[in-house]
Amino acid sequence: MAVFDLRVNGENRRVDIEPDTPLLWVLRDHLDLVGTKYGCGIAQCGACTVHLDGSAVRSCSVPVSSVGDRPVTTIEGLSPDGTHPVQRAWLEHDVPQCGYCQAGQIMTAAALLDRNPSPTDDQIVQGMSGNICRCATYVRIRAAVKTAAGL
Amino acid sequence: MNPYSPYEPPFADTPIEHPSQHGVGTEDGTSANSDVFSRRTFLKASAVAGGGLMIGFNWFAGCRPAGDQALVMPDSWEAINAFVKVGSNGVVTIMSPNPEIGQNVKTSMPMIVAEELDLDWDRVVVEQAPLNTEHYDRQLAGGSQSIRRGWQGLRVAGATARRMLLEAAAQRLEVPIGELTTDAGVITHAASGRSVGYGEVATDAASVPVPSDVALKNPADFKIIGTARKNVDAKQIVTGKPLFGLDTKRDGMLIAMIVHAPAFGRRLGSLDAEAAKAMPGIRDVVTVNVGLSGDDRNWSDVNAFPGFVAVVGETTWQVLKARRALTVAWETDTPAESTADHERDLVRLVNSGRTDAARRDGNPDAAFSRAATVVEQTYTAPFLAHNTMEPMNFFADVKSDGAELVGPIQTPEQLRSSASNLLGIPEGRISVHMTRQGGGFGRRLYGNFGLEAAAISRAVGAPVKLVYTREDDMTQGTYRPAYAVKYRAALDENGALIGFHVRGAGVHGSPLFPNRFPAGAVDDYQAENFGLESNVTTGAWRAPRSNFTAWAEQAFLDEVAEAAGKDPIDFRLELFERAMSNPVGGDNDYDPARYAGVLRLVREKSRWDSPRPGVHRGVSAYYSHNSYVAQVMDVVIADGRPQVEKVWCAVDCGIVINTDAARNQVEGGIIDGIGHAMYSELTLTDGVPDQQNFDRYRLIRNPEAPKEIEVFFVDNGIDPTGLGEPTLPPAAAALSNALYRATGTRLYRQPFVNQPEGLEVREPVG
Repeated sequence: MAVFDLRVNGENRRVDIEPDTPLLWVLRDHLDLVGTKYGCGIAQCGACTVHLDGSAVRSCSVPVSSVGDRPVTTIEGLSPDGTHPVQRAWLEHDVPQCGYCQAGQIMTAAALLDRNPSPTDDQIVQGMSGNICRCATYVRIRAAVKTAAGL
Repeated sequence: MNPYSPYEPPFADTPIEHPSQHGVGTEDGTSANSDVFSRRTFLKASAVAGGGLMIGFNWFAGCRPAGDQALVMPDSWEAINAFVKVGSNGVVTIMSPNPEIGQNVKTSMPMIVAEELDLDWDRVVVEQAPLNTEHYDRQLAGGSQSIRRGWQGLRVAGATARRMLLEAAAQRLEVPIGELTTDAGVITHAASGRSVGYGEVATDAASVPVPSDVALKNPADFKIIGTARKNVDAKQIVTGKPLFGLDTKRDGMLIAMIVHAPAFGRRLGSLDAEAAKAMPGIRDVVTVNVGLSGDDRNWSDVNAFPGFVAVVGETTWQVLKARRALTVAWETDTPAESTADHERDLVRLVNSGRTDAARRDGNPDAAFSRAATVVEQTYTAPFLAHNTMEPMNFFADVKSDGAELVGPIQTPEQLRSSASNLLGIPEGRISVHMTRQGGGFGRRLYGNFGLEAAAISRAVGAPVKLVYTREDDMTQGTYRPAYAVKYRAALDENGALIGFHVRGAGVHGSPLFPNRFPAGAVDDYQAENFGLESNVTTGAWRAPRSNFTAWAEQAFLDEVAEAAGKDPIDFRLELFERAMSNPVGGDNDYDPARYAGVLRLVREKSRWDSPRPGVHRGVSAYYSHNSYVAQVMDVVIADGRPQVEKVWCAVDCGIVINTDAARNQVEGGIIDGIGHAMYSELTLTDGVPDQQNFDRYRLIRNPEAPKEIEVFFVDNGIDPTGLGEPTLPPAAAALSNALYRATGTRLYRQPFVNQPEGLEVREPVG
């Protein structure tokens, strides 16, 4: 066990846990931030995507000991009230079916647009290729990212 | 040998109702007609309301507005019936009875109630109802039947509540009820210019005797049904609120994980858990058996590994690590099986001399002997895992005299029954709450994980949340069966289909529906069903049987049409014409006019008769879950590889409740169908699944999905039928037929990616 002082969604959060605990389970089990989802545990599906120092990462494969003082942003902290352009675009296109993967999709899209505010259609498709949606809402995901880029 | 799978639920697909059968019970034993809504619901609900008790409660996350804006919640609620609570300020809560697995019933079912109740949708909140068989019928997500079977009852629930509010308003205003009108939650007496809101008369309405016969709206007057309304949980989803089973958290709750046998055919031998028990946060390691037999077993109790080890501790990561410290010995129970064995045996079976006709019309042997041309092909497909993005999980708090079960389950009623049998606790003392579910696809029809959570909770004497890893989930069985089917078609010298013979086999159970098309359109017809037994469990997977058979049949008919020298749509329409004008046999499980209707619609919308250079097109049509779907798929060559540019899809599912959400379902069904046909398989080597996570199990990803999908619904005013499943089955055939025209190679095995020559452009056909 070891103490880690994390910066999550703009707040200081202290946890006393085993250093190899993946960030995913720190968020879900210790910080009650369950918007970040478990899907595969091996960085294949993207359901657990969060921002680490502004970049999209797979929180299932990031040990808490490697986070350091880099800020973590989860779906709960993407905007104070759900009005981030990507969230608004997701609502406009009514993207979700089951909804389980969508937090990861949104976090990937938000990081993509941070990096590239005006992506081409091909850049959107390639940028979203790491996130599986089992309901296959892919057409709407693309459309929503495109809309968000214009917001 | 059972020709059908013992693991298929009784409602896997529901046959068509012919006019002569109207009112006859359907496969799961209850009527599909207007009496699905139980009268006792109203009586009980109003009695409860009179006693001042609230019906149901939203255990999970509080009331949620259906519309976008935040609503001011009322000071008090009045339950009018089991579906409707009217707030003192006019806000109305509608209970959504069925499990929400992504098919959007939590929005569309309340829309039906709101329509008949004449509500302002923006002043509606929706709650997920818990399992309550006194108040609700068929709280089940399966067979694409939630809307079809709920339709009448939901309308009556809304209309009855409206009538009770009207009666209360008539007394209040001292006017005849016939002079009152309703709109958007307000009752108006036009003659005197007075009006009252629903909230003002709700308390009076709750004590009005429940009317026995209420008029329903003319569909032409619908204001909510047939419009686009946003998913009621959308805001919660995009902000990451706790909604799903895995998000459940309670005071004192422990995390449980299981270790099941690593291979089918093996069972638990010995266990050494000392090291694991000593690890941080670990409370206990127990062996558990949830096997039920005889009368205790429900159809939903499918479990290849009823005996397992459970590790229980404080956090998920602690339990995951402790699992690795276990030493478990497994014993051989039944011989190990491999995919190569299954494929060989299935193909052998459809080619064997055994005869077992499920349907035989005319004299097929004679037709084949006089045929000018015979086309014959065999199609195969592997097991598939469901792979819901949210792995199996369940919360259970079992005490000596009762149990609380919470989680994602498509069959809460069956789970409660099995849990009662397993725990020896009466059903009346077991509650089941459905969370929002991160996908279903049929997997959560089989509630083994709910029973496992209950058994573990009892064993350790604490509330537990059972969590499957992806590997636990993917290796657990309950797969889409592996299938083989062999088709033969006899054509005369004019290219007319004079004989049709199909033999289907699967592990477990045949994929065929012997009374579906082209039965009824061919004089000499024979369908035969065979099944292979196995220690690998299988189960219903989105559009059971149809998910394979539609591909094989529609790919085969494409080849037959080509052999007959006919356009593939013309060829099918000729057969439907025959089935309409002079059907063979009396129990054909489809309506040829509606079938032909979607084909004609997709032909028109896709401009099928105006081919474009460089675009290779495939067509397919299939009927399942009481709905008719036709698709045209356009494949183009980019960088030397075929890509799906556009899909045109015509759907006849009767009245569409929520138009944009319905399109979302159609888009998803098509991409799901393409994806699994192209990429997915679950294979076994000596009983061990070769794919255990998404590194080896390939699911379709964003770049592989079609660029565009355009959806056309037939507007015919017919009562609604299924939509969650029926758009998936035709997709694989539209794709493989288009790929054939792009590459010159026909595809006979799924997944197509295993046949790379079928994905290379050598000789475009058209």
